[in-house]
Amino acid sequence: MTERILSASAALAEALHEEMQRDETVFILGEDLTAHAGIFGQFEGLPENFPGRIIDTPISEAAIVGVGVGSALTDMRPIVDLHFSDFVTCCMDELVNQAAKIRYMFGGQVKLPLVVWCPDGAGIRAAAQHSQSLEAWFVHVPGLKVVVPSEPSDVKGLIKSAIRDDNPVMFFQNKSLFSKQGVVPEEDYLIPLGKAAVKRQGKDVTLICYGSGYYLCKEAADILAEQGIEAEIVDLRTLKPLDMDTVTVSIKKTGRAVTVHEACLTGGFGAELCARIQEQLFDHLKGPIKRVAARDVPMPFSPGMEDFCLPKVTDVVMAAHSIVSRK
Amino acid sequence: MAEDANMLLELYERMITVRTFETVAGEYFAAGEIPGFIHLSIGQEASSVGVCSCLRPDDYVITNHRGHGHMIAKGADIKRMTAELFGKKTGYCKGKGGSMHIADFSIGILGANGVVAGGLPIIAGAGFSIKMRKTDQVAVCFFGDGAANRGTVHEVMNLASVWKLPIIFALENNQWASTTPQEKSSAVEEISCRAAGYNMPGVAVDGNDLFEVRNATLEAIERARSGKGPTLIENKTYRISGHFEGDPQKYRTQAEIAPWKEKNDPIRRLHDYLVTSGVLDEKMNLKIWEGAAAVLEDAVAFAKESPFPEPEEALEDLFVTQ
Ligand SMILES: Cc1ncc(C[n+]2csc(CCOP(=O)(O)OP(=O)(O)O)c2C)c(N)n1
Repeated sequence: MTERILSASAALAEALHEEMQRDETVFILGEDLTAHAGIFGQFEGLPENFPGRIIDTPISEAAIVGVGVGSALTDMRPIVDLHFSDFVTCCMDELVNQAAKIRYMFGGQVKLPLVVWCPDGAGIRAAAQHSQSLEAWFVHVPGLKVVVPSEPSDVKGLIKSAIRDDNPVMFFQNKSLFSKQGVVPEEDYLIPLGKAAVKRQGKDVTLICYGSGYYLCKEAADILAEQGIEAEIVDLRTLKPLDMDTVTVSIKKTGRAVTVHEACLTGGFGAELCARIQEQLFDHLKGPIKRVAARDVPMPFSPGMEDFCLPKVTDVVMAAHSIVSRK
Repeated sequence: MAEDANMLLELYERMITVRTFETVAGEYFAAGEIPGFIHLSIGQEASSVGVCSCLRPDDYVITNHRGHGHMIAKGADIKRMTAELFGKKTGYCKGKGGSMHIADFSIGILGANGVVAGGLPIIAGAGFSIKMRKTDQVAVCFFGDGAANRGTVHEVMNLASVWKLPIIFALENNQWASTTPQEKSSAVEEISCRAAGYNMPGVAVDGNDLFEVRNATLEAIERARSGKGPTLIENKTYRISGHFEGDPQKYRTQAEIAPWKEKNDPIRRLHDYLVTSGVLDEKMNLKIWEGAAAVLEDAVAFAKESPFPEPEEALEDLFVTQ
């Protein structure tokens, strides 16, 4: 395997180059894609290399996702860029009532290979309407796959699998992670959807995370190690399908779990994890499962308030302590 | 004419206040003192001031991400606006909103919106409420040429016309929606012609001409107040600023922008008119610009001296406590 350091953004662009090269039915649709290679520069090189296959649209989210759904039904493999994940609200019918339902409702006659690329997350002082993490909404909708990568290599491996998947995939990539650097395999690198990664081994507590939550756990685990607590990190990578096998193996080993995500607490994916873990692994648990998440408010603008609302490394450390030190 | 002259000078001054606010905001943003991202309305002052100067204090306005000018023109407090941009506790929204989300419900400003066209469905509600309450207020929604392509615009325009709601759809066609030129995203050159499909008047005016904007607005207001329903006004203007501050703007050339900064600048055009009519001389002109600069200096000092909200204040204001 040849490996080099790339940013998450570059890993995305590389994967898209490879997939568009490999399969001419793949195209990208969305607002303001060609002038600056996406509003975050995330599609570097694609407008020059694939003219006519990365396409600017009017500001018409329902139509954009509709075009995605319709062309996926008719032998294309569209990738739709939603600009900011917050704008899923402007095309919910196309996502929830159409993309998610069509194959099932029509008795499995058709496949729907659609990727909806949603830049999400907070921390850039973008306030309430440009900072949300809404992945849990889509986990709740049967018929959609939900992917939330963390490291650059995950971005590459998962977007390629998402594109090749014959089902609609919601792909959430955190804006604050675009510039994160990491080792990324150079070749045709695929990570199967529904496969979590144990990114750190430990015996005392399992930190279950995805997306930006992974980076909190990574730092927290270092701090915990200095304090004599060995944390294991399970990066889910895909929320649906969910890799409960990997979670199970880890919890059988540690007997303790903390869930960590940037989305707000109530009704978040952490709740689903808690439910499954207590249902399936009750006898292996040495204490309650703790959830680390954002506060249950819209994201405020002012930096001090935004930072206060977001989950922090210390929250993860404290949550781990609270269950490890329990008698 | 004396009264007219005074009023025109006042509007001229307001346009300069908007321009100065935007310029100063841009400077503090570039200096890293304003967090997040800001969208400026430099070059569009005849539209904001032209429309809002025709409104009464009890009329409603909803604006978009490029809303500073509309707020100022409707009478918002410059200090509280500036403090909000700086994320301070003394800002309009106690630092919760920032540049894209300022509101002053006490003077009918129902909020700036970060979702493109997000304000349009809501303005229908304000218009409907006016009708239910049987007042003669009007409700104005500012939106861009880009926003005009959201599907909700169709729903709202049709409903507003069928129900004869007292609404003014104030379209600011500044020719660009982020990196996308209008001709690449709209099938028609004049978006106002879509009004025909809703059986309401649609007028396109030179949006950099304060008088044209005001005449069209006054007519629409008359129609709305007398129960005849909504009007779509298209103010044709140009976005001199980047889409947001820091926009690399690879999609257009300086040559394209130049005439809008010069002979087509709405402030310059009004200036020249006022000078030619003998209402304004250079000494007064300088005083007006200096006055606006002083207002902003005060506002920035206020914003800088103001405290940030306590982090825990993030948890306040979610629900009304009963
Ligand atoms: C529903 C939605 N889609 C996309 C965006 C991102 N966005 C913000 S402003 C903008 C361009 C808006 O253009 P226009 O309505 O013409 O207003 P202007 O910026 O020119 O004033 C876009 C695409 C958004 N905020 N909301």
